[in-house]
Amino acid sequence: MQPPESSMRDDGQKQASPVQNRRKVPMASRSESFATLTLRSLLSNRLAVIGVILVALVFILSIFAPLFAPFDPSAIDIRNILVGPGFAHPLGTDDLGRDVLSRMLWGGRVSLEVGFVAVGIATIIGMILGSLAGFYGGWIDSAIMRAVDIMLSIPTIFLVLAVIAILEPSIINIMIVIGLTSWMEPARLIRAEFISIKEREFVLAARAIGAADNRIMLRHILPNGLSPILVSATMGIGAAILIESALSFLGLGVQPPTPSWGSLLSAGKDNIEIAWWLSAFPGLAILLTVLGYNLLGEGIRDALDPRQRE
Amino acid sequence: MLTYIVKRTLLMIPILFGITVLSFAVMRLAPGGPAEAQMEFSSRASAEARERLRKLYGADQPFHKQYATWLKKFVTLDFGTAFADGRLVKDKILERLPITLTINALSLGLVLLIAIPIGIMSATRQYSLIDRFTTMFVFIGFSTPSFWLALLLIYAFGVQWGLLPISGLHSLDTTGLSRWGKLMDESRHLILPVFVSAFGGLAGFSRYVRNNMLEVMRQDYIRTARAKGLPEGSVVYKHALRNAIMPVITILGLVLPSLIGGSAIMEQVFGIPGMGQLMFQAVLSRDYNLAMGILVPAAFLTMAGNFLADIGYAFADPRIRLR
Repeated sequence: MQPPESSMRDDGQKQASPVQNRRKVPMASRSESFATLTLRSLLSNRLAVIGVILVALVFILSIFAPLFAPFDPSAIDIRNILVGPGFAHPLGTDDLGRDVLSRMLWGGRVSLEVGFVAVGIATIIGMILGSLAGFYGGWIDSAIMRAVDIMLSIPTIFLVLAVIAILEPSIINIMIVIGLTSWMEPARLIRAEFISIKEREFVLAARAIGAADNRIMLRHILPNGLSPILVSATMGIGAAILIESALSFLGLGVQPPTPSWGSLLSAGKDNIEIAWWLSAFPGLAILLTVLGYNLLGEGIRDALDPRQRE
Repeated sequence: MLTYIVKRTLLMIPILFGITVLSFAVMRLAPGGPAEAQMEFSSRASAEARERLRKLYGADQPFHKQYATWLKKFVTLDFGTAFADGRLVKDKILERLPITLTINALSLGLVLLIAIPIGIMSATRQYSLIDRFTTMFVFIGFSTPSFWLALLLIYAFGVQWGLLPISGLHSLDTTGLSRWGKLMDESRHLILPVFVSAFGGLAGFSRYVRNNMLEVMRQDYIRTARAKGLPEGSVVYKHALRNAIMPVITILGLVLPSLIGGSAIMEQVFGIPGMGQLMFQAVLSRDYNLAMGILVPAAFLTMAGNFLADIGYAFADPRIRLR
């Protein structure tokens, strides 16, 4: 029962979100660059800072998983099956006696990989199609936008399931499938940017001195229209991690013995009556990671909006 | 208005076509069609038998012919039979639809009942404690995997406290129960699924109501209403709410498909025999007829929902018609 996200999030751009509105952004001196200003604005927003911390924390823990993990994530120990959290195993063990903390640390790598690559694919497809649609208009625009409508009409999860059933589940295929089913939002955003930017004076000037279409698109319009893409990509990472964990939960995602948060939860479901820790911790990791990217994305959106800088 | 509706309707035709082609292609591209699936059970079947089956299912025809045959049947609402048990796809869908529909209608009702007051409250008391609390709740709601929430609730209410049943639609043995008892039994089974499917929507809807409310509260006519000394309640509920709620009503059109769609993951967690689970099984067993019989109507409904929402907007806001 989710209302469509686009309708939910669009309005964030129209109006300042109240919490951020109140913060006092120090008056910028002339010499400060746009990036510095944006960063400062981001860091003075409490929710965004929480987001940055969460994102950084998950990053560090996953990258240094081999250092932090107390056990080999796939070492089976049949004498310690489903042991609760304690001294030896801080977050307990799973149904094969594997250390849950170690599996979660390694699983974080999988989630981040899937999140970043899937969003990368979606963003590249979306940027190419959105730019073409917005720049050329006419039948090219109509054709691309109808394709967007078609993709948005088919329930994503079913499309993903169907394609995974064809391709066999593997990390690479999951990245591709999530990427191929989530390029519509970036495409729409980039198209809107192109439509508004292409009529500006500097683009007309570039055109007047005879710049080629692709130069105008790549050098003049695209760099000026990247802000909404940055926001949607940041939040998209969270969304991709959610889809990956759902697929792994259903057994169609990352395959054993590779650890993943979703498949840990799946084991948690099977042992819900005897091992609460198997369900609780991996889900909390997903929640905090996705929350981090959502807060960061919202923070970037507010920080990039110059209307909110006094 | 009429021109707008006609224009909008014509736009749907290529989308309709695209939906059917894309879903058909995705389902047919799968290696191992229904013939192969049936053969897996009898490995000794001869090559001729295999070929006969392929012919029976039309799998020997080129793609565009298969598509044409399927489309011809589909427009007469003939969805064919499910490969798994040979029953009519229509029957299989119709026996599952009420279950999913009940759960989703209840959870939508719950969402609206809670989200609208929350949205109004956090908009009228912007920056207050309750507004900040709901902002945080919205972010957490967006970030929570629904199946994890389901697991936690199952553990707390079902395992730990033993208050609610954790899976299925009714208890195993309901023979001794009266009609009222059976109804009570079923409602107890529905509490957790309805709550979990409402949870995600709650965050989104309350945010949406709040943003609309804030937008309206900044309008000049609200200032006018205040200036002429109307009580605050009348300003909020009569002048502001009526205008803020309109987009919320039209957005209901967009929710239409999820009313019948059901969630494969949720139904899997709670063991509910609904549409999501049926689709999940159909896709995994490559049951084309069944999967297409669910996928395509669901996609059509999504489109129809968008259409209704757009018409609703145009009806509410005359400026849109001119575009």
